[in-house]
Amino acid sequence: MSFHLILFLAFGAVCAGGAVNLLAQRHPINSALSLIAVMAALAGEYLLLGAEFVAAVQVIVYAGAIMVLFVFVIMLLNAGEEEETKGSRVAILFGVPGILTGSVLMASVVLRHSGTEAVAIGALPGHPTDIAQLLFHDFLLPFEVTSVLILIAIMGAVVLASKPEPAAGKVD
Amino acid sequence: MVPLSYYLLLSGFLFACGVAGFLIKRNIITIFMSIELMLNGVNLSFVAFAAHWHALSGQVFVFFVMVVAAAEAAVGLAIIISVYRTRETLNVDQVNLLKL
Repeated sequence: MSFHLILFLAFGAVCAGGAVNLLAQRHPINSALSLIAVMAALAGEYLLLGAEFVAAVQVIVYAGAIMVLFVFVIMLLNAGEEEETKGSRVAILFGVPGILTGSVLMASVVLRHSGTEAVAIGALPGHPTDIAQLLFHDFLLPFEVTSVLILIAIMGAVVLASKPEPAAGKVD
Repeated sequence: MVPLSYYLLLSGFLFACGVAGFLIKRNIITIFMSIELMLNGVNLSFVAFAAHWHALSGQVFVFFVMVVAAAEAAVGLAIIISVYRTRETLNVDQVNLLKL
């Protein structure tokens, strides 16, 4: 068993455990913390794949910015424990066998048909200059379009989250 | 050395957990976090395939997924705040009207 495989299994166990914990916890803040653990472990997997820049962006943007936004909203709305609701019986009757068959099928297909040759550590020329060459040359138009997307998202968030003004002309 | 299929299995497991959370959770914020979990699972597939085929464009797509996820998180959380302001609840069972 190589060192690379041991690292993969360790990070993968943290990922899988965090994902299951996200489902098991009833309080949203606990779910948010386990999601942060999943994202940090995924950054480790990206490092194993030789994608150092993606790993750094994963920690800074995902675990940093986006999850801070989630935790902030959970604190702002004072979200409490999730209420218990009765699940439907049909979901248990058909959902559980369906999930089991689906996952077994998917695993067998992936194991049989995807290449068995190993992915080498640091195999990718993931140097930031190469990525910048791709991002600012080959993908320049999508890059510029995403800036418009972010601008629209900012304006939408401001409009949606601002308090509705009292109707004009109404005096009370 | 780790086979590509291991990465794909982990990615599929993360995606399946995201789908399950989306379906069984009742808190609207946790449902939103399940969507982020699905996006992370897909990102792992992108990076694993990029490493497998020595194609850097897979990593660039991960950046675009992250940008879209960030925009989606900002707008979605603003919608959640707006919903909470009018309904005083985060339980999706009680949010059954699109009207604010």
